[in-house]
Amino acid sequence: MAGTEHAEVEETLKRIEVHKGVIGTIVVNAEGIPIRTTLDFSTAVQYAGLLRTLTIMARSTVRDIDPQNDLTCLRIRSKKHEILVAPENDFLLIVIQNPCE
Amino acid sequence: MPNNAAASMRKGSTVQKVILPGAKSTKAANKKKDEDEGVDAADGWDEWTHGKALIKPPDQLELTEAGLKEEITRILTANNPHAPQNIVRYSFKERSYKPTSAVDQMAVHFVLEGSLLHQDSDEACRLRAKEGLPEETATVDTGAEPDEEKPETLATLVEDGGEVEEAGEEDRPDSAASKTDRKEPKVTNQFNFSERASQTLNNPLRERSCQTEPPPRSIFTATATQWEIYDAYVEELQKQEKNKEKQKASKKDNDKSKKKTMLMETQTDDITKVVKASKIFERMVNQNTFDDIAQDFKYFEDASDEFRDQEGTLLPLWKFQYDKAKRLSVTALCWNKKYQDLFAVGMGSYDFSKQGRGMLVYYSLKNSAFPEYIYPTHSGVLCLDIHEQHSYLVAVGFYDGCVAVYKLKEKGFEPMYKSSAKTGKHTDPVWQVRWQNDDMDNNHNFYSVSSDGRVVSWTLVKNELVFTDIIRLSLNGAVSEGPEQQPGIAYGTSFDFHKQIDYLFLVGTEEGKIHKCSKTYSSQFLETYDAHSMAVDAIKWNHFHPKVFISCSSDWTVKIWDHTINTPLFTFDLNAAVGDVSWSPYSSTVFAAVTTDGTVHVFDLSINKYEAICQQLVVAKKTKLTHIEFNPIYPIIIVGDDRGYVSSLKLSPNLRKKPKGKKGQEQPKGPDMEVAKMEKLLSLLREPEHSTV
Repeated sequence: MAGTEHAEVEETLKRIEVHKGVIGTIVVNAEGIPIRTTLDFSTAVQYAGLLRTLTIMARSTVRDIDPQNDLTCLRIRSKKHEILVAPENDFLLIVIQNPCE
Repeated sequence: MPNNAAASMRKGSTVQKVILPGAKSTKAANKKKDEDEGVDAADGWDEWTHGKALIKPPDQLELTEAGLKEEITRILTANNPHAPQNIVRYSFKERSYKPTSAVDQMAVHFVLEGSLLHQDSDEACRLRAKEGLPEETATVDTGAEPDEEKPETLATLVEDGGEVEEAGEEDRPDSAASKTDRKEPKVTNQFNFSERASQTLNNPLRERSCQTEPPPRSIFTATATQWEIYDAYVEELQKQEKNKEKQKASKKDNDKSKKKTMLMETQTDDITKVVKASKIFERMVNQNTFDDIAQDFKYFEDASDEFRDQEGTLLPLWKFQYDKAKRLSVTALCWNKKYQDLFAVGMGSYDFSKQGRGMLVYYSLKNSAFPEYIYPTHSGVLCLDIHEQHSYLVAVGFYDGCVAVYKLKEKGFEPMYKSSAKTGKHTDPVWQVRWQNDDMDNNHNFYSVSSDGRVVSWTLVKNELVFTDIIRLSLNGAVSEGPEQQPGIAYGTSFDFHKQIDYLFLVGTEEGKIHKCSKTYSSQFLETYDAHSMAVDAIKWNHFHPKVFISCSSDWTVKIWDHTINTPLFTFDLNAAVGDVSWSPYSSTVFAAVTTDGTVHVFDLSINKYEAICQQLVVAKKTKLTHIEFNPIYPIIIVGDDRGYVSSLKLSPNLRKKPKGKKGQEQPKGPDMEVAKMEKLLSLLREPEHSTV
């Protein structure tokens, strides 16, 4: 079960990674350490650190308004990229995409 | 020490006695002469004793009366002007020099140690014990003769002062000596005793100090938010519930569950934690990339339709394709009724010399790049149907004659149910399957038709498929029972069940005939239509009108029928073999067909009874279109081709025009209106027919 699930995620991530326009993906564990990334490590660490605090803050905002609610996804549209962040089980999945490509 | 003081006192007192008579006369002399301290002290003493005499120091300022009366205020403060205020000390705790406020503020101007002791006090006793007899006697003396002055008694102790009043003293040393004899065995020589003392070298003082490392410090701040409080409460509630459960459950179970949770906790760094997020992100990434398509899907309405009168166009949207299914052709399409963005695609081959594996894949409009579900199969898929209520169930018919049921909820690639040779599987390819309403025991069941001439009902009972032959098709109209049926088999290729009349269904055969059958009468057909000259590829009841159905065939034609009439109402020649035809779910008069030349034909009978209102080539040349389905909600169709591609197309406004726009006065909507619309069309047809007949 767990094995196939693992393979499934692995494949999905690989598909996302090779998708055109995708600049990089980062999986951040509960401690805030990038455990899987396609970017170089220092960039990944920077993204992980910054986005973690932002996500925590965003989640806090959502939950403060309604404690039964929760944050599922965060899309940051910038001039150059779109950064997608999703918290799940304390992990973070970050995808950086250039949507104009 | 007290001895010396006493000695000087004695001297003083003797001098004093001498001077005393002429004290007043010598005042001037006192001022002018330089006198020794002893005299001065004698003077002081004199004053002390007399009290009142005023003596001015020689250098005192002479003040006037007014000057004397003037008040000069002096204030005593506690401040010590000599105490430094800027002392700093290094603090290892804070790692910096800190000013210390703890400065010794005490200033000593004068120290006089008293020599008086209370005779009964402990210290006096101790001194007595230590110094021995002389003092003892003294105290005894004082006790005995309270009249005598103290200085004098003290003076008596001194040896050189042998002046006055020695009388009483003589017997005292004796007594003292006797006492010291008793107490201290060693008596110092009273006459030529010299004390010798030497000082040892004092060890130089050394200061040694050490500093421990300052204890680690950390700053902790937190803000309690509403949700944190909420979470805490929820956690508490869950704990309470767990405790209740624990009380119910036995201890062994608890241990097991603990172990399980421990196991769960250990695998922390696994990326399977982002399973859901990764799926969503794949869709989001796709959505970003194909943003224009998504916008078109939702909002684009072809404005040029207004100038085109009746004709419409198809706007290509997403294309679905899976690399591993590239060489297979699309053999079946079916939308999921519950999730309108999801559809199933059956992959196989219509080329009977190249049969092999097949595939069942699920696509979502939200992710065109990769299927949602993939089920590889050993044999080519030829047909499938998704259960309307239980959309996770999909029935599949294979080229090898098997039927199977897949359950999306189950993991793995294997079907939940599969027919086998033992359980009455078809001997020829299964051309169509269709779910039915649950039977009386609430078991799910579906029908299948195959070119072996059988129509079979399959019931899902627990973990097996139970089959029932409904009808055996034969060439000569009647269903022949018994072993001699072999020569007269009619090969079923398609069927459809009436939407309202449960038992009624139509079967299309390879010979081009359509049989109207009933589930209850397996012995004969209710009707046979001589429909086509080649195999009937698809047959479909109208969604609204209960009498109308449509059929298409490889003989290039699409025909529309009233099941009560033997001859077709409409016949359309599409100039190529028609792969599939489908009624639209939004209008009773709109249908679409796909042909092997890669064209989609869309008809609206209420607009044009003779020609398609849209004929559009949607795939590359030489690609054959095989199937078409309307989305139940959105104005889009999906078409499958023989290269494994599924294309989605949006119908332009003209293709889904409401009759209101055409006829104006017809306001009501809904199925009744659609039936009426069809009926009107039919009546138009019948009348000329009747008139001609």
